[in-house]
Amino acid sequence: MTPARFAYARPATLDAALDMLAREEEATPLAGGQSLVPMMAMRVARPALLVDLNALPGLDAIEATPGVLRIGALARHAAVLDHELVAAEAPLLALALREVAHPAIRNRGTLGGSLCLADPAAELPACMVALDATLVLASAARGERRVAARDFFAGLYATARRADELLLRAEIPRAPGWSPWFEEVARRRGDYAIAGLAVMARREAGRIAALRLAFCGVEAAPRRLPEVEAAVIEGRDAAALLPGLLAPLGSAEAPAAYRLHLAQLLLRRATEHAHAAA
Amino acid sequence: MLPPDEPLAEIACRVNGRAVRGRAALRQTLVEWLRADLGLTGSHVGCAHGVCGACHVRLDGAVVRGCLVLAAQADGATVETIEAAGGPEEAALRDAFVAHAGLQCGFCTPGMILQAAELLQRNPAPSREAIRDALSGNYCRCTGYHAIVDAVEAAARALRGPAATA
Amino acid sequence: MPDRAIGRALPRDASRRLVAGGGRFLDDHAERGELHAAFLRSPLPHARFTLHTDAAAALPGVAAVLTARDLAAVCRPWRTVSKGFPGLVSPEQAPLADGRASWQGEPVAMVLAASRAIAEDAAEAIDAAWEELPAVTDVQAALAPGAPPVHPGLEGNRAWGTTIRHGDPDAAFAAAALVVEERLVFTRHTGVPLEPRGALALWEKGTGALTIRLSHQMPHQMRLHLAEQLGLPVNRVRVVAADVGGGFGIKMHVYQDEMAVAAASRLLARPVRWVADRLESMLADIHAREHVVTARLAVDAEGHMLGFDVQDLQGLGAVSVYPRSSTVEAMSLLRTLGAPYRFAHARARIDSVLQNKVPTGQYRAVGAPIGCAVTERLIEKAAAARGEDALAFRARNLLRAEEMPLVNGFGAALHGLHHHAALEKARALMDLPALRAEIAAGRAAGRLLGLGLAVTVEFTASGPAIYGGAGVPVAATDTVVATLEPTGEVSAQASITEIGQGITQGLAQVLADAVGVPAGAVRVEAGDTAAAPHGGGAWASRGAAIGGEAAWGAGRALRAQLLDAAGALLQAEPGTLDISDGAILDAAGTPRMTLAELGRLMLFRGHELPRGVTPSLSAAFHYRREGDATLANNGVHAALVELDGGSGLVRVLRYWMVGDCGRVLNPLLVDGQYRGGIATGIGEALLEACRYDADSGQFLSGTLADYLLPMATDIPDITLGHVETPYPRSAVGAKGAGESGTCGAPAAILNAVNDALAAAGGGAVTELPIQPVAVLRALGRLA
Repeated sequence: MTPARFAYARPATLDAALDMLAREEEATPLAGGQSLVPMMAMRVARPALLVDLNALPGLDAIEATPGVLRIGALARHAAVLDHELVAAEAPLLALALREVAHPAIRNRGTLGGSLCLADPAAELPACMVALDATLVLASAARGERRVAARDFFAGLYATARRADELLLRAEIPRAPGWSPWFEEVARRRGDYAIAGLAVMARREAGRIAALRLAFCGVEAAPRRLPEVEAAVIEGRDAAALLPGLLAPLGSAEAPAAYRLHLAQLLLRRATEHAHAAA
Repeated sequence: MLPPDEPLAEIACRVNGRAVRGRAALRQTLVEWLRADLGLTGSHVGCAHGVCGACHVRLDGAVVRGCLVLAAQADGATVETIEAAGGPEEAALRDAFVAHAGLQCGFCTPGMILQAAELLQRNPAPSREAIRDALSGNYCRCTGYHAIVDAVEAAARALRGPAATA
Repeated sequence: MPDRAIGRALPRDASRRLVAGGGRFLDDHAERGELHAAFLRSPLPHARFTLHTDAAAALPGVAAVLTARDLAAVCRPWRTVSKGFPGLVSPEQAPLADGRASWQGEPVAMVLAASRAIAEDAAEAIDAAWEELPAVTDVQAALAPGAPPVHPGLEGNRAWGTTIRHGDPDAAFAAAALVVEERLVFTRHTGVPLEPRGALALWEKGTGALTIRLSHQMPHQMRLHLAEQLGLPVNRVRVVAADVGGGFGIKMHVYQDEMAVAAASRLLARPVRWVADRLESMLADIHAREHVVTARLAVDAEGHMLGFDVQDLQGLGAVSVYPRSSTVEAMSLLRTLGAPYRFAHARARIDSVLQNKVPTGQYRAVGAPIGCAVTERLIEKAAAARGEDALAFRARNLLRAEEMPLVNGFGAALHGLHHHAALEKARALMDLPALRAEIAAGRAAGRLLGLGLAVTVEFTASGPAIYGGAGVPVAATDTVVATLEPTGEVSAQASITEIGQGITQGLAQVLADAVGVPAGAVRVEAGDTAAAPHGGGAWASRGAAIGGEAAWGAGRALRAQLLDAAGALLQAEPGTLDISDGAILDAAGTPRMTLAELGRLMLFRGHELPRGVTPSLSAAFHYRREGDATLANNGVHAALVELDGGSGLVRVLRYWMVGDCGRVLNPLLVDGQYRGGIATGIGEALLEACRYDADSGQFLSGTLADYLLPMATDIPDITLGHVETPYPRSAVGAKGAGESGTCGAPAAILNAVNDALAAAGGGAVTELPIQPVAVLRALGRLA
């Protein structure tokens, strides 16, 4: 279990990092490494050049502008989990991050790493979709590019990030009046979700006025489900829509029918919570 | 002796309070380098894929999986291993692990102690549930965890002082 | 005796070193000039192959690429044969497969290189052509007519089988007022000691001697195997097991890869190092406990158990493990079936089946968790069918102490068991009335709570007749050599192996009392065959029961020698003297000299000793138990679980166990063994599984993200109680504690989950580990 040979660079500036990604076809950015390094150890991942992002200045910043909360791609899970601004402006992330792995992994793993890996069972991609976040990418050739989170996750371990791009940050709209809900079912503490659900809801006059949701672990990638959101808002049986809408993943321990069952379970719990709170 | 074509990294860092310069194969992980080149064999390799927690070390003050950080990434960093970890939390934990038989084979213990110390630095009076939660990424195959939780509780009490034991 | 050491909760001496990061595990050692080994392993469950190794061997840093023929020159093949299993079909094994691999993970080539990374590069660079052969991995499919043979030329895949008949089972079942039946499926597990297996071999040029470090439970036995396979005199082989990071039965078999390391070191005359990475461990460590058991229990109108009828289908893997044979597990299952209870009639059929899978072997508690789970599940069913409390059913049928010794219908020799005392203690420990009220209240509030019980018998500390009778060279005796140091401390070498269970601490406490010194003055070491005497090592919960007797014998012999010397010096009859707290006492109890003074005198001032007195500072004792072929201990387990009716997840809320392991040498050690064993059993019941793809036969549980071990959050606090009935035909009286927790936990969890399901009007789960999907299906909430 040792990686195949690779070349390694730790650029000190963003421009240098982007140049490397532009020049080297087989360059792979290394953020927290909590998934990439084991994949390399198993020789499932075999990057020719590792571009270590950990020396890039400022990429781990967490800051609020009047409109958005910005979380740098290199912000560690533990930092996001503990940050006052996150608690105030995007508490959904704190709820979800409590379920992410274990302390030592959270100390090293990064927001950007998790988003760009796009593991179907990962919590943070679903949160970004539910938060209606915008992901800001950069490349040497094209400069900055903004992609809505709902358009970023393209499938199993697939995203809209191009090989020469780096994710710089997530921008989460500051949304007073919205409240979060996150739950997941995992076999053990910190395991990837068999199914999880991230929900943001806004209430007005004692009823749900707006709602965004996204599952993790259920399908190949998190996505918005407008029909389901509308049904929740209108108080119809939203869970009954899921069998017709979802294409659940299946595995030996968690067959597709089970994931669908869990998705319905979570949606009912979330709906109940949203209406009760409203 | 590595063949001349093996890519190497130059590393200058602080390990257990001392400045260290060395070379590592690029594909060597931090824990392998600490063990093989610096002789710091207290951190163990139990799975090499980031699951078991036996390889925990402190990197720039935070406990991390030593098998998921490349040795090259430690260049410029501060590293602390079980051999030197000597804060009040570790001292209390060592005593308590011994007294409560919070270890059997001892392979997981260094990682456990580092992780538990980080917990106690943040939460001086954790519940048993909080202890189990904080240690959920550290596998022990011998003890059934009960005695480990006992030991961390006892260390927390000892650190809080005589008033806490009443 | 002041401060008796036996029975005291003294912290282990070794712990201080381990908490400081001072452990010395296999991978913490190195030899100058060592080569790092990596194996190419079969990616297929069954395949013919041809290898071209030139390109791999030409890579910079590669010293050699070895195949079966290379190693055959220095290492003989081996084959598992046991008189205990006549007719056993198990093909010959060699360090590397030659042209055909019969399980996924079997080593087929070995690379030796300047680093492990380069060795892995070269293993990848071997040009291997694989021709896939039909494979069979499912245990039932393996026996089906027309199933592909696991090895070419086999007429069928049945490796061994037997039938047992005792009493008149046909009549008993015909006459029974009630017959309950269950079919239980047990998925493969593996032990996952956190320190992987490994070897560091050093061939001594010129003399032809081998020193090999292994992470191993029985260095003495491996020494014999290494000598035999490599054709060396035994006294030219030294095996050293330093700190061992857990064993659990995984590190007690002859593995191809470890033998290959020794052979390669000899062939190349270089130090060779190999430590299994976790992927290799999951693939190539022995697995265990793959059984499909169909069992029936006959009960009379008064609720007395009449007899059992059981069929066991056991998955062995591609060979029967060397040297003990994998079939031991099925026999252990059978011996523990119904063992706590009174029954007169028994019928059993065992079929042990070859498969294209890694061999299975003896893993913590061997077949006992299965025997117990089958028994206790049938008991719950019988009690439910009778509409009575299962505890009352158990109490009626449990053997009373005065009914023993007896040999039951499955051939289990039962003696000295105290089930009713343990049951009473468990009831009290659980505060059963309050607990039942709590469960009732919880259920009324909609919670899916379940309480499960299990009663265990574990056969421990196998005596010489077991393997000796089978013609398998496994030592069931142990030796301790105790030495007085000139400073008054006692040092000892033991043939028992320290694998983290703390036995060297337990033996130190025995020696302290036997000699008459404080426990802190005794240091016991083990694991180096150049220093420690012959004996069995760590298996079958034997450290305290056999090693403890050897330590006592050595301590008493040393004490007698020291008293002889002291008598000569003090001109007193040795019989009037005593040793206490490290001093020689005269008949009046007055200290006359310290052991330090005596030791110095014996070692450095021999000229002061009277003529003709040449006392020895060392005493050896080799303990062989006569009579009972095994010891037996008993226990009662109880688990409170809660099911999540939405997700199907099972949470263990509380756990209780009362055990009788005979004399407790050190409660810290015994409690640790019980709790650790229970955690193993909970993992077995709820999480751990070695899974294979049904179509391709590919192993699916190859990482620790796939093979789920219990975390701190999966195991509850465990409340323990002790009944202490020393084994009467011994000096110390320990019976063994290392596997008791594992014996009963799967049964207790299975019963608890089914109790919760039954209370909710659901069906039952009958497969371990209990998957959330199965729970939901039993509740009728998932198709």
